[in-house]
Amino acid sequence: MKEIAQHILDIANNSVRARATLIEISINEDIDNDNFVVTIKDNGEGIPEDKLEAVCDPFVTSRTTRKVGLGIPLLKLNAERTNGSFCIESEVGKGTVLKAVFKHKNVDRPVIGDIAGVITMLATTDPKIDVVYIHAKQSNEYIFDTREIKNELNDVLISNPQIMRFIKEMIEENLESINYTK
Amino acid sequence: MFKPKEDRMAKVKSLADLRKMKENLQSKVHLREKADNPEALVQIKVGMGTSGIASGAKEVFNYLVDELEKRNIEAVVTQTGDMGYSYAEPTIEVTLPGKEPIVYGYVDVKKADEIIEKYVKLGEMVDGIIPANYRTIEENK
Repeated sequence: MKEIAQHILDIANNSVRARATLIEISINEDIDNDNFVVTIKDNGEGIPEDKLEAVCDPFVTSRTTRKVGLGIPLLKLNAERTNGSFCIESEVGKGTVLKAVFKHKNVDRPVIGDIAGVITMLATTDPKIDVVYIHAKQSNEYIFDTREIKNELNDVLISNPQIMRFIKEMIEENLESINYTK
Repeated sequence: MFKPKEDRMAKVKSLADLRKMKENLQSKVHLREKADNPEALVQIKVGMGTSGIASGAKEVFNYLVDELEKRNIEAVVTQTGDMGYSYAEPTIEVTLPGKEPIVYGYVDVKKADEIIEKYVKLGEMVDGIIPANYRTIEENK
């Protein structure tokens, strides 16, 4: 994966498959500590304890275990390559939290990429799934929440192409306004 | 070239703009009817598993959203997880109203164009269909 946004799309699709109804994605650019922290939290069915270790090991995870594949190992690899860290916690019936820390200034940190496009895509995946995206940089923060969007839209589909383009631009412009790192 | 901060801030789209836009859209009555009945629309799902993303499914997704709108075809394009055809990524599933879903493999922008022009518009079959009797790994468990 060349972009952090692609990793997020990939991992969030695990949440979709785990029947999550709420996916919370956050990026925290902690410049002071040189950290770029990506957290993905869902309320899906969770991963049993005995399988949790295996999700990080591309050689143990078989392709038939459709809940996880190469997505998690790739993200872990990319985070660790920058001298960062990776952890995953999960509870069956409650959900999963995954956290990848990249070193912000490390040359190996992938660019964020088309995060607005990815969040829009996730937001329109399934009307039953809500997506929250919080991007923080220093003291600035932007919060995107599909529940607010759906509230405004009422009976208009969030997957309407014009709405999708609007959402994407709205996220982009708000990220620009908090001066996020591209 | 430098603009005062307030100017730049004023340009940022907000939920209030979304409301205005929605009202515009709602004036087209048919849209509301369609929203209650999404089966009446062309539905396209783009496979976004690890392998789909890595092979450029996102570009195909963006292309489909933009082109269908430009060509005035009412469609819903969504992303979906791995469809189990990793060897043929990117894959898309096209469902025309009242028809069975059809999965196409190896879809790039050129193929997507062909699918829109021939299958979506005219209902003609296009090469590259993954037959439904191909079993996914999931089904073989």
